[in-house]
Amino acid sequence: MTPQRERRGAELVAKYPEARSALVPFLQYCQAEDGYVTDQAIADAAELVGITPAEVESTASFYSLLFRHPIGKHVIQVCRTLGCMLGGADELREHIRTRLGVENLETTADGAITYEEVECLAACDRAPVLQHNLEFVYNVTPEKFDSLLETWRRESPAAALPAE
Amino acid sequence: MPIEPVLTKGFGSLDLTDLAVYRSVGGFAALTKALREMTPDGVVAEVMASNLRGRGGAGFPTGKKWSFLPKDGRPRYLVCNSDEAEAGTFKDRMLLENSPFNLIEGLVISAYAVNAKRVFIYIRGEFLAGYRIFQKALAQAYDAGLVGADILGSGYSVEIVPHRGAGAYICGEETAQLNSLEGKRGEPRLKPPFPANAGLYGMPTVVNNVETLMYVPHIIERGAKWFASIGAEKSPGPKVISVSGHVMRPGNYEVPLGIPMRELVMELAGGLRPGRRVKAIQPGGGSSAAIFEEDLDVACDFDSLAAKGTMLGSGAVTVMDDTACMVRCALTINRFFETESCGQCTPCREGGQWVHRMVARLEAGEGSESDLKILTTINRTITGTNLCVLGDSIMPFLSSVYKHFPEEFHDHVRLAGCPLHARSESAA
Ligand SMILES: Cc1cc2nc3c(=O)[nH]c(=O)nc-3n(C[C@H](O)[C@H](O)[C@H](O)COP(=O)(O)O)c2cc1C
Ligand code: SF4
Ligand code: FES
Repeated sequence: MTPQRERRGAELVAKYPEARSALVPFLQYCQAEDGYVTDQAIADAAELVGITPAEVESTASFYSLLFRHPIGKHVIQVCRTLGCMLGGADELREHIRTRLGVENLETTADGAITYEEVECLAACDRAPVLQHNLEFVYNVTPEKFDSLLETWRRESPAAALPAE
Repeated sequence: MPIEPVLTKGFGSLDLTDLAVYRSVGGFAALTKALREMTPDGVVAEVMASNLRGRGGAGFPTGKKWSFLPKDGRPRYLVCNSDEAEAGTFKDRMLLENSPFNLIEGLVISAYAVNAKRVFIYIRGEFLAGYRIFQKALAQAYDAGLVGADILGSGYSVEIVPHRGAGAYICGEETAQLNSLEGKRGEPRLKPPFPANAGLYGMPTVVNNVETLMYVPHIIERGAKWFASIGAEKSPGPKVISVSGHVMRPGNYEVPLGIPMRELVMELAGGLRPGRRVKAIQPGGGSSAAIFEEDLDVACDFDSLAAKGTMLGSGAVTVMDDTACMVRCALTINRFFETESCGQCTPCREGGQWVHRMVARLEAGEGSESDLKILTTINRTITGTNLCVLGDSIMPFLSSVYKHFPEEFHDHVRLAGCPLHARSESAA
């Protein structure tokens, strides 16, 4: 474990009565550093909270915001549940898939953008809704998406899924 | 019957994320009153007398829940459920982002009432902005001596620990949330034991929703009588209801419980688009059975909606007008439950997947009459046979719209597609 990671791990463990509670926050931290949850992060987490790597793996696999494989610098998560569907999310998803040339949970050929269809994001009054790197974008039209996409492509965010 | 807003007062005009502003409108007066003038049991009694019922979905009386904790000297925990992921619900996120100090005040008073020394607030992973706002407010509250050691010189100390989720609707279920907080897979536990006896780390634990806990300071400040005098007799008080779908002014409305659905949808939320009619409404999130145009006069409270065979749930009203295809609406709901099942119970995991695939077939124009025949019987196999309520949430909406609009389902088979509009290829 890097000294920095060790320090952050100790801080997280100190927040809870039992070390294992720091597991997911620690994996979130590692994911923000490395871009995804690497094998090294699994090993580090196992060491930090005192369980086996297999147990870490099993826990990590439960959570949709933890990725065990490389993802893009941009993660676009589009809501597909009822409120957004009524607001045009089916058409929006079709537009985005065509535009990016990907299916659900795929990353663009250049590795920059990961696309995911997700369930209700708790913003149904401003449907359709998406999150770009966990930031909300409301009332998304195909045109609005295209112009945002150009902006995002020019940016290079530090982490697609920030831990804090 | 409009009321003066309570939790949402000042939203849109005041920056309540600023401690000084929150204080200028009377913030933390209730905390001072509770810590200086009331015993913990006195706070529990006041909340019990108000008949505040949980705003997270089940409507369980909050004071009663608090009184269940065994007095055996073990450490106790308060967990605030800010995982809000029920389809159609968006009130807790708004409350968290706009009024973090009201929440903090509610957390400290409630922790004092149940004698907890540590509070965890479980914030949905997708609410990164809300998490940051809460963190910032919490740091200010610590600096001001409103959280931490010896609060306001009362001798009472409590720590508040924000914890971010990592993507999983099921972690809103209280026992799944406790497992998740313990660093495990967010799988619901078998009950009993209930969290009151064996909750977080096996200790006595209270889990309450964000909105529930935010009403607590107002009850302490203005009294149980004031709260109980608002709204329906058996479901008193104001409540924030999220209205979305085919209405002109979707948004959150803080209303007295018991408000007629017609007033909420047709007046407050601005009604439908010109020329449109109500086809179906989910009154309590994705888990709830639909009500229909003829039901618009139902009162929005726990008991009145239960009497109609549905529920108030978390207070999420999704309106579908006569342009909406019921099969496609059901598809989004059944896809949701297939995706979000934790997989422990066979009827929920396999049944949920099967139902979703069948509705997807129907929607794509590839369904058959035998699919529809099974639809009338599968409810018995899936509902009531699972560990947690998610499994029982798979069928209510689908069954209710199939029962009300059977011809629309049969037409999808007969015409090999949607009778309402040309099908979009992407819907599955
Ligand atoms: C599948 C499922 C998801 C739930 N999601 C939430 C949620 O996001 N927020 C919430 O407060 N309660 C949720 N609940 C209800 C909780 O289990 C629990 O009843 C509630 O947090 C108690 O708080 P209250 O008494 O203040 O309502 C959910 C229940 C189930 C079965
Ligand atoms: S009912 Fe579904 S979500 Fe609930 S415990 Fe069983 S499998 Fe998991
Ligand atoms: S349905 Fe998309 S945010 Fe709720």
